[in-house]
Amino acid sequence: MDPPMREELVEDVTSLVKPAAVHRSLYDDPAIFELELERIFGRAWIYVGHESQVREPGDYFCTQVGRKPIVVVRGPDKELHVLHNQCAHRGAMVVALDKGRTDEFQCCYHGWTYHLDGRLKAVPLQHGYPADFNPKSRSMAMLAVPRVSSYRGFIFVNQSDNGPSLEDWLGYMATSLDDMVDRAPDGELEIAGGVFRHTYNGNWKLYLENLCDAAHPWFTHRSSIDAAQQQKDDVYTDGAGEIAIRQMRQNGAPYSFWESQVGIWTYPNGHSYLGDYHDDKKLVAALNDPAFRDYVDALEKKKGKDEAKRILEVRRWNSNVYPNLSFMSQFQQLRVIHPLAVDRTLVCTYNFRLRGAPEQMFHNTIRFANIVNGTGSLVLTDDLEIYNRIGLGISSEGAEWLQIGRGYQSDEPDEHGGRRGKNSTSEVYIRNMFDAWVGYIGGAGTKTKQAQLESVSA
Amino acid sequence: MNVRQGAQVKGERAGIGAGKRLDVHTCEQFLLLEARLLDEARFDEWLALFTPEASYWVPSEPGQADPLETVSLIYDDRRLLETRVRRLASPRIYSQEPRSRTSRIVTNVTIEDDADAATTLVRSKFVLIEFRRNEQRLFGGTSFHRLTVIGGDVRIASKRVDLVNCDAPLDGIVVPF
Repeated sequence: MDPPMREELVEDVTSLVKPAAVHRSLYDDPAIFELELERIFGRAWIYVGHESQVREPGDYFCTQVGRKPIVVVRGPDKELHVLHNQCAHRGAMVVALDKGRTDEFQCCYHGWTYHLDGRLKAVPLQHGYPADFNPKSRSMAMLAVPRVSSYRGFIFVNQSDNGPSLEDWLGYMATSLDDMVDRAPDGELEIAGGVFRHTYNGNWKLYLENLCDAAHPWFTHRSSIDAAQQQKDDVYTDGAGEIAIRQMRQNGAPYSFWESQVGIWTYPNGHSYLGDYHDDKKLVAALNDPAFRDYVDALEKKKGKDEAKRILEVRRWNSNVYPNLSFMSQFQQLRVIHPLAVDRTLVCTYNFRLRGAPEQMFHNTIRFANIVNGTGSLVLTDDLEIYNRIGLGISSEGAEWLQIGRGYQSDEPDEHGGRRGKNSTSEVYIRNMFDAWVGYIGGAGTKTKQAQLESVSA
Repeated sequence: MNVRQGAQVKGERAGIGAGKRLDVHTCEQFLLLEARLLDEARFDEWLALFTPEASYWVPSEPGQADPLETVSLIYDDRRLLETRVRRLASPRIYSQEPRSRTSRIVTNVTIEDDADAATTLVRSKFVLIEFRRNEQRLFGGTSFHRLTVIGGDVRIASKRVDLVNCDAPLDGIVVPF
């Protein structure tokens, strides 16, 4: 797109988002997708991983910010570095393995090597270069992403030099990350148990727009609800079936339950969480599950009875940190959304072990992950079908405006500076994400508008 | 053998009763029957091939040792497998609207372990083509069936499927391997 067209697009952006409807082009226009990568993924704090993935100096893992491959590495001084995975010489991707431990990075093309903070360490055949060739210059490096910050072990990066700190940006949503960590008796989480990586032919925004949607399970997940509700209980189970079937049955709670018993809360910068629609009795058979009783004992021993009670009474289902993170504290699940193209998305889902909890708790986490986040899940596969169908449906060029108005008239202020749906099925969390979207795309940027346009056209 | 009318491989016909070992030919015939039931979407009959305490496992990592320490693409006990099969029959399984069509090749059948007379561990290779909507996907890998004979019929005590690309980014998996 040439610069004038881009300017027009940005100027025009507010006209694509109305208070209760969004233009369908936000889901299928490649030019808008490019703007999102630049202005949302380029300005927001983006979750990249957890500190337990890089415990020791030299530990690293590879991931991506938007479409950019990056390396997250723990330096010798224990400091975290997040580097563009590109050699300063001929541009080759330097680190090819998903994770590992090293004391330097070396490019396989001509052997340029780098310190763990990205500075160039050695260049073979370093003669005959121009006089101003300076391997110590900051631009000749595996460049570091401008800002890295971690909150209680969760690592975020920001590609912009300016803007709010991670904590200010998270605001009250930090309490959902607190909830994740507080549940560990030893006060620490560890990523474990592998990863699911699933893909769909649809826009990245659809994923978070579905995760707090209390109105869809009753319909979309009907096949697994019916199958689970008809399932006999006196059939052999090793525990895998037990948790999964409870989850699927609860998806079939009536609309009256979804509307009144769940709760939906939203906060600035597009963040939101859905209240818990299970309780421990329904899902993990807490009161009858010896592992859960042992867990509560461990928590009380480390934190005291009052604090343990407070922790266990925090009842949140999915917490969404816009634009690329969603997690769930009760079963220690975390999903990371990677936009690949306007109509192609990758979602990686991880599990955490609660340090100090009985091992059975982690096994329950794995079993829950298989059925809720698994690529072969009886539940998630119907969600993926919905994302695919939205991609296909929009290509029909029917209704121009997509509706996000459910509950619009009854949303109310929240005591912590957000908005909540009076009704739990309110689409307030989608409206809230688009408020953030307009802020990122249209303005409130960190550079002057002219400078942005110049950098785009460069 | 008429697979239409009797979805089973008779261990007895091959001279296999309780306590006797399955031979490779009987195992191969059984695996071909299983593949055919899956290709023909006869999932109830497929389910009937499993023992009451069977497990069905598709790991998410190459060489995965444990289904409880690491996530799996599928890890079903009998109860969940029944639910999975019942869902496949639902008219409202939107991820199968339209239905997939599949074609499986099963080959390289070997008996890996029959030291325990009660069960036989069978290894085989497969190639699976799945077509749905506008896309065709290709899967391949190794299956491990632990087979046993109950009442003269060969049954699956456990099945493990190691996909070559088990750790790849994958679109949803609905039809079993």
